[in-house]
Amino acid sequence: MPEVIQSKPKEKKNIKIVKDATCTFCGCVCDDMELTVDLDEHRITKAKNACVLGRAWFYEHVLEDRPVVLIDGKEATLEEGMDTAAQILVDAKFPITYGLSDCTCEAQRVAVDIMDTINGNVDTTTSVCHGPSGMAFQGVGESTATLGEIRNRADLVIYWGGNPAESHPRHFTRYAVTPKGMYIPNGKKDRTVVLVDVRKTSSTPVADIFVQVKPGKDFEVLWALRALVKGKRISKDIEEQTGVSREMLDDLVYRMKNCQYGVLFLGMGLTMTRGRHFNSGAVYSLAADLNEFTHFVAKPVRGHGNVTGADNVVSWQTGYPFGVNFNRGYPRFNPGEFTTSDVLARGETDAAMIIASDPASNFSRRAIEHLAKIPVITMDTKETHTTKISKVRFAVATYGINTGGTVYRMDDVPISLRPAFDSPFPTDQEVLEGIRQRVKRLLTGSKARTAF
Amino acid sequence: MILVPGRSQKQGTSLNKGKLKDEYLTVTTTAEMNESDMQRMKLVNGDKIQLKSDVGQAVVTCKSKKKEDLPAGMIFIPYGPSSSQLMASDTAASGMPMSKHMEVIVTKV
Repeated sequence: MPEVIQSKPKEKKNIKIVKDATCTFCGCVCDDMELTVDLDEHRITKAKNACVLGRAWFYEHVLEDRPVVLIDGKEATLEEGMDTAAQILVDAKFPITYGLSDCTCEAQRVAVDIMDTINGNVDTTTSVCHGPSGMAFQGVGESTATLGEIRNRADLVIYWGGNPAESHPRHFTRYAVTPKGMYIPNGKKDRTVVLVDVRKTSSTPVADIFVQVKPGKDFEVLWALRALVKGKRISKDIEEQTGVSREMLDDLVYRMKNCQYGVLFLGMGLTMTRGRHFNSGAVYSLAADLNEFTHFVAKPVRGHGNVTGADNVVSWQTGYPFGVNFNRGYPRFNPGEFTTSDVLARGETDAAMIIASDPASNFSRRAIEHLAKIPVITMDTKETHTTKISKVRFAVATYGINTGGTVYRMDDVPISLRPAFDSPFPTDQEVLEGIRQRVKRLLTGSKARTAF
Repeated sequence: MILVPGRSQKQGTSLNKGKLKDEYLTVTTTAEMNESDMQRMKLVNGDKIQLKSDVGQAVVTCKSKKKEDLPAGMIFIPYGPSSSQLMASDTAASGMPMSKHMEVIVTKV
């Protein structure tokens, strides 16, 4: 249970302190926050231990004065919103749900159940994040660890295709670079940190070794490293091809084979560029190969606060992590066919339920154009490009700030949330429960939805 | 030139204020270019440039980066509506559009 101390200091302000609260902005899911909450103004005034992104997350999520529900831009009741949303989903021939990485596991499981009930399509932001790493994981497996294990043991830390200083600031300080661990008593002094990227970033100064790869040549470098680890020959023009010298590759191989415990962190510089899942597969394979010589693991650095939870929940319920289709009455997984970006770009879906995500901003132009043509239901804490084109728009409470529940850290460790203050807005889970109830009611008594 | 969209700290903090707010829109329409490329194209900080790919175009503001920090021929922009406009929908059966490493033609506006 959260340790909550309420006091009324001299200003007679109603202040609450929430210890060990959790930041759900990014996949680090740091659970050592100490929040000072002004209960009169319904806002967090101090977030001790938070990084710059975490502070923005806590300080900017205040209670906004806006309607709970809009239908076609007009204010409506919560019940009317849930009625309309359920009717849209039941009437659709190919309904989809997408997003889910910024809400609790409890909400995610209801969304999956709704799509299962109506033979729809469920996909999460994983498909445009580390979906390729998920595909690679299925292909070659993963030598894995928790961040706690890495913190306590890793003496060689390699970040590949990521910029944690800007995207996950506490990844360095809490988990993998500076903290002292059980077998790393001197913190950073006991570690060698390598950063591999196509450009110098704010993360580069943290690294002992910076490896600059030509854009789109990550796979070639990874495959050359695999060959060298196994004592095979590589092309003499490797530097010309990739921008990385033979000497640099030999040095990396020596360090990787001779460390006590190595970790490769995968960034989206690998999954979003040429090679996609082949790049991630090469990282996983390299880590596996290295276990012939030492202990080596590989972990994707995940973006959204509960994108890892989305993978877990969708996997529990369907057997697959993302891009799952129930049209035939049973789950099928096929990235490229059932992933939302593709389904929208091909104009296949006729209704979309978007939860805590903004595809109208992040997807390709063709996908966005189709999204704007179909009825869209959204649940979000703030106005976005997607809420603007929604037929039914629910304003919801912010998970981790206004609601409890469960989220998964990027290393698949589940963490309970400790809310700071109440919100007048419903939670994603409450809205989804209401829609599920109505969907089931609409389908009861009528001919059961026929699989095709 | 090669466009590499990615995360930035300002993008992360400004999206918490709201993705429709000016700060977020400014951050996601500011592209970083190698200073040599900018000199060659007679561009100065704050100039508008058009980025054009096979599937779309976007007008953004340019900002110089030292040549040792950003290689010549490469442009960095924080993810957002502008970079999405330039992204092809094809995912090569992976579900993931080519969100980084986009080939664009750059012209001064």
